[in-house]
Amino acid sequence: MNRTQKQSQIAILLLRLIAALVVLILAFLIGYIFITGLPNVSWKFLTSPAKAFTAGGGIGVQLFNSIYLLILAMIISLPIALGASIYLSEYAKDNWFTSMIRTAIEILSSLPSVVVGLFGFLLFVVQFNYGFSIISGALTLTIFNLPLLTRNIEESLASVSDDQRQGGLGLGLSKYETIVHIVVPAALPGIISGVILCSGRVFGEAAALIYTAGQSAPALNFGDWNPFNIDSPLSPLRPAETLAVHIWKINSEGIMPDLTQVSSGSAAVLVLAILIFNLSARYIGRKIFEKMTSMN
Amino acid sequence: MQDQKLAKQLMKKSKTARYERFGHLLSLSALLLIMAIVLGIIIFIATKGLSTFFRDNISFKDFFTGVIWNPGTKTPSGQQAVGALPMIVGSFLVTILAAIVSTPFAIGTAVYMTEISPKRGAKILQPVTELLVGIPSVVYGFIGLSVVVPFVRNTFGGSGFGILSGTFVLFVMILPTIVSMTVDSLKAVPKYYRQASLALGATKWQTIWKVVLRAATPGILTAIVFGMARAFGEALAVQMVIGNAALMPHNLVSPASTLTSVLTAGMGNTVMGSLQNDALWSLALVLLIMSLLFNLMVHFIGRRGAFKK
Repeated sequence: MNRTQKQSQIAILLLRLIAALVVLILAFLIGYIFITGLPNVSWKFLTSPAKAFTAGGGIGVQLFNSIYLLILAMIISLPIALGASIYLSEYAKDNWFTSMIRTAIEILSSLPSVVVGLFGFLLFVVQFNYGFSIISGALTLTIFNLPLLTRNIEESLASVSDDQRQGGLGLGLSKYETIVHIVVPAALPGIISGVILCSGRVFGEAAALIYTAGQSAPALNFGDWNPFNIDSPLSPLRPAETLAVHIWKINSEGIMPDLTQVSSGSAAVLVLAILIFNLSARYIGRKIFEKMTSMN
Repeated sequence: MQDQKLAKQLMKKSKTARYERFGHLLSLSALLLIMAIVLGIIIFIATKGLSTFFRDNISFKDFFTGVIWNPGTKTPSGQQAVGALPMIVGSFLVTILAAIVSTPFAIGTAVYMTEISPKRGAKILQPVTELLVGIPSVVYGFIGLSVVVPFVRNTFGGSGFGILSGTFVLFVMILPTIVSMTVDSLKAVPKYYRQASLALGATKWQTIWKVVLRAATPGILTAIVFGMARAFGEALAVQMVIGNAALMPHNLVSPASTLTSVLTAGMGNTVMGSLQNDALWSLALVLLIMSLLFNLMVHFIGRRGAFKK
């Protein structure tokens, strides 16, 4: 065997080792989260309120807050992202205006989330005087979510074949009608998996929420669903610490005795939720695609 | 009379045309809203951040070269103690160190996934990296706190909090980002490059090193810059392990701080409009400007090295 061949073999062996090491690190991470976390997760843990000074607290309120904020943020951001991506993929001409907008979206998507959070703090909490509240948090998460969601939806719109558009236009529909009735439905599987993937990102976000949705989770009265009462779970003006913020908060200044158990349990729940989001994005996307294509 | 009516009807926009116009405007306004948000963020943070210099009369020199950070008090030499250098140095140190440690691992893994064992890459590594990109930063921070900090403490001494722990946490955080982007750029290298190289008698390694990696260099650089941007802007995971002491880092295991860690820890304890508060906004402005610079770098690299097919 000559020198270069030997060199090649050694180098490839090295690459294999690196890859194996990375797999090991990643496996350790995921394993660590679940092995230390899952034993602490029980139905009681998921539903009971947190305790500040004694052991045995749960994450019920935080979990509810996370889900509620996610839903609100998605309801606000989806129409905006859909409109913006329709414009970008269907109407935008290739000119300076479009490239400027694309740059703006890129900038927004690469901003550190803490900067987005601070902007939300300035605008919603201070300027609009919403205080640390669900609504401030949801609006900030919307800003955080918009660029990625827009890009995801735009990609799925762009992947719809041009034949579909020509078919619509050929039948005498206006461009907008073609988009609404033909292109968007055809892109639906992609849009839905995009939404779910973004949900995972929003669900785990904390830095943007510390100074917008706040770091406290007042007890909620789950018997009162009137959004205008301040202790109702639906009230948009109450402060709402989410699960991700909770992990940060108790690790930086928590004093409960079972801090490690609570945080590892919360971390496991968070990662499990993200895993479910990832898997269901794939699964639902495929299912809807199958259903829609078999109908034709 | 009849003609006039007909003419009017013909001249009028049809319902469909009006509908079309409505849709066009609706989607455009959504886009303009995003535009306005981006401008709003830049303007708001710039105004707040600059007021340290223009309203509180802190000189740029004091801010960027001072090493004592305790806004509201004076340094022994009588200046306002708003030296942001420790945080700026801290941020750059963790970012650069994390990138240096991550890059060889990321490139090695990506080469393995595309060139050596694509099947195993697609089956195991791809889904795992995707999941890891999505893991929230607080979870990384928590693992850093419960695994990395004790490890550093036992191995290198000190409290365990510091630049080194921050580097470890960021290394793992940006690894999946760099891997998945590098994989994309390696996949974009046309197959015939490899075939031509192998046909010339080059070994597999020579092909990878001299052809594939060279051709994918711009893409790999973009991936690294993206990873660095993520590391630079990462707040909570770093804040949890770095120790949060606004001191110039003397070694890698003494408590330090970054721009983001001071921001997250301090913003809640200051009053709007005070010097303490303004100084924090200036840190946010530095963060924003760095994020824009990273963006510019990505653009620059992308324009020079776009793959022409």
